[in-house]
Amino acid sequence: MDVVTLARVQFGMTALYHFLFVPLTLGLSVLLAIMESIYVTTGRTIWRDMVKFWGMLFGINFAMGVATGITMEFQFGTNWAYYAHYVGDIFGAPLAIEGLMAFFLEATFVGLFFFGWNKLSRVQHLIVTCLLALGTNLSALWILIANGWMQYPVGAAFNLATMRMEVTDFTAVVFNPVAQAKFVHTVSAGYVTGAMFVLSISAYYLLRGRNRGLAIRSMTVAASFGLAAALSVVVLGDESGYTAGENQKMKIAAIEAMWETEPAPASFTVIGIPDIATRTTKDAIRVPWVLGLIATRSLHGEVEGIKDLVEQAQQRIKSGQIAYSAMLGLRKTPNDPALAATFKQHVNDLGYALLLKRYTPAVTDATPQQIEAAAWDTVPPVLPLFFSFRLMVALGFYFIALFGVMFVVASARQLEQRRWLLHVCLWSLPLPWIAAEVGWYVAEGGRQPWTIDGVLPTFLSVSSVPATDVMLSLAGFVIFYSVLAVVEIYLMVRTIRHGPEELLLPAARPSLKIAE
Amino acid sequence: MAEYEFFRLLWWALLGILLIGIAVMDGFDMGVAMLMPFVGRRDVERRIVINTIGPVWEGNQVWLILGGGAIFAAFPPLYGVAFSGFYLAMLLLLCALILRPVGFKFRSKLDGTGWRGTWDTALFIGGLVPSLVFGVAFGNVLQGVPFRFDEMLRMTYTGTLWDLFNPFALLCGLVSVSMLLLHGAAFLACKTEGGPRQRAQQIGTVAGLVMVVLFIVGGFWVKVLPGYVLTGFAGVDAPSNPLGNQVTVQTGALLLNYAAQPAIWAAPAVGVVMALLAVLLLRQGSRPVLAFTTSGLAIAAVIATAGLSLFPFMLPSSLDPASSLTLWDASSSLTTLIVMTIATGLLLPIVLIYTAWVYRVLRGPVTEADIDHDSKTAY
Repeated sequence: MDVVTLARVQFGMTALYHFLFVPLTLGLSVLLAIMESIYVTTGRTIWRDMVKFWGMLFGINFAMGVATGITMEFQFGTNWAYYAHYVGDIFGAPLAIEGLMAFFLEATFVGLFFFGWNKLSRVQHLIVTCLLALGTNLSALWILIANGWMQYPVGAAFNLATMRMEVTDFTAVVFNPVAQAKFVHTVSAGYVTGAMFVLSISAYYLLRGRNRGLAIRSMTVAASFGLAAALSVVVLGDESGYTAGENQKMKIAAIEAMWETEPAPASFTVIGIPDIATRTTKDAIRVPWVLGLIATRSLHGEVEGIKDLVEQAQQRIKSGQIAYSAMLGLRKTPNDPALAATFKQHVNDLGYALLLKRYTPAVTDATPQQIEAAAWDTVPPVLPLFFSFRLMVALGFYFIALFGVMFVVASARQLEQRRWLLHVCLWSLPLPWIAAEVGWYVAEGGRQPWTIDGVLPTFLSVSSVPATDVMLSLAGFVIFYSVLAVVEIYLMVRTIRHGPEELLLPAARPSLKIAE
Repeated sequence: MAEYEFFRLLWWALLGILLIGIAVMDGFDMGVAMLMPFVGRRDVERRIVINTIGPVWEGNQVWLILGGGAIFAAFPPLYGVAFSGFYLAMLLLLCALILRPVGFKFRSKLDGTGWRGTWDTALFIGGLVPSLVFGVAFGNVLQGVPFRFDEMLRMTYTGTLWDLFNPFALLCGLVSVSMLLLHGAAFLACKTEGGPRQRAQQIGTVAGLVMVVLFIVGGFWVKVLPGYVLTGFAGVDAPSNPLGNQVTVQTGALLLNYAAQPAIWAAPAVGVVMALLAVLLLRQGSRPVLAFTTSGLAIAAVIATAGLSLFPFMLPSSLDPASSLTLWDASSSLTTLIVMTIATGLLLPIVLIYTAWVYRVLRGPVTEADIDHDSKTAY
């Protein structure tokens, strides 16, 4: 395998792995803050015990999140050095600010959360927990500002003198509409994950008839919090679709396997079988108008199909070639005003010309066939996107239904009477993770073939390192991460099986120690 | 002074401060992790040692994360060249760093001696490998590393992992390890009592003396090492592009800045004096906080020495000296540097305030009684 594929597999694998821990950290941190607020206002110690118990599980998960997060930061330099050079001027700042504003906050207070129970007053400890949750959520904000810029690169321009993208308007980068929509969608998905985690494990306790007080209270909190989060994730997921319609037309066309532009308003394909070879979608069940409404928020906005978008990409590649040859000319005669004017006029399509580098390193000498092939490269993998998106959406609606039902049942104090529902809750445990992982794929797989949409192709972003090094590190991660996953799951399951009793007030139960 | 020149200098200095932040803050918990198997004989003693840093190491490690982020944001080409050039060394570092969070969290969750022993080794590696790799990396940066840029500014690196572990770089690695052992020992002197404290004082004393000797040896060694001189470049406020440099190689050039500005001899001098002072205070034992402060100052001075010797270089190229990265050709745009300055100016003081508060809450030694009391929740 070549370096590009290996580096992509490595990034995808480590990102998906990291993203197993992140949503739970996001959701549990807020749930801990809610539970502890109830403890501080009511003074009932069971709520403190709940915070300690769920906090224990939070801690195991948090450690893995930190361990796998460092890998992500490092990879931008190790495997994607040209990316670091080409867009570091914009992309680096949100990452650094994330460290300063968010990660310092959560990492400094996470220690006090665990070790501060005897050293802080109740209110002080609550503040610590809230700051921990705040830090976690701010962390997501800055990471998604960085990621949002990859999807929709605003507030930046190419600088010929430095051969890279540079910031022109940092507020545009921060208030990027794509980043804002992704932030709300992603943290809501995290809240759903946290809520499902608490709901499922509490259901397990109720099915076993143990720890009833803790389980019923936890389920009630999780059901109401989860319902709000699940509604938000779907409603604001729609918001994501809307902004993608503005900025990432190709992504939405691929998700919908919409080959041709339809007259407005476009219909929504519920399910079908996209056929890549013939560029058609077979056996499709369509709902008229819906896609047009989602993507353009109007009855007359047009949603463009893949074939038309490829045609546009072809035009942009040709325009990019003009920019590229002007760039080469300017390198020889830097002060030629005519060349400078040509370059300025076409520079926004420079990224499209770079797509040709895969076929001809010289770019300007590409044949019409090569240009057409490069234009078709702008289509991300339609089949997996089509089905991933549908799986994610189906799960989103399922979460609303489940949390809705559990909310009603919890309000009616009927949790223990509806055992089949408890079984459903228990077995739904992995679903938010599946939704989050396929959601990540829709967002990032749908961005291909770009690392920065329309600016820098993925295959150009890699480092000039030997494939064997990348292979070695990939193998290292697979082995290392697998071992850690086994240990993590073992400790999680063990902690859950032993339940809260063992963890709370061990000093008050000296008999246990002798027994050991 | 031109605006761009000012912000480049400021970020060169801030980068130094961040590196010092990493070495001083994350450094003591790495030192403690390296000391743990030796100063903690019984399990409860090891737990005491681990729990001195348990609540704070996570916050300390953010200095490292932030250091990476700040290089990425303020000096993007440096980030790309250093991380992809030192590829396998970075992988080694990363694996060691991944062991830390899980090591702390998992170690005391089960009782078996095999289990705990394994995680003790993991934590020891998590302290030793980063300390060594950072020092070795500095040693290589001082000598220059083999890379070049093409006209698209794509970088090619021709060295191997084994080239990094050359004699001078290993010396720098050992300076780093002994320095952090001293620093960790001074921290343990503040936070433990009895046996562990005594053993930490003993090891710390030896480590401090070793560090001073090796540091001075390094000072003489650079006289015969090739160094780099920037003879021509596009300008202190020119766009960041390393292709316009003229660089010559000259033996002993790492000492040229000291000849030009004798005042900077203060940096290595402070490094030696503070390390010796830390050793004395550690042996004497009644002022552990002062010992910790002096060892921290020694670390700051050693890092400042490296930075001042290299100035204005950040990463010289031994393969193609003209491709060398300096603070004038490797920085971000002026806008990004200004944004980062504002963000740091606003946020870093807040970070320092709440970090200080957390250390105040956690003040005082960790005792056997603490571990017994929180046996299930402590690390």
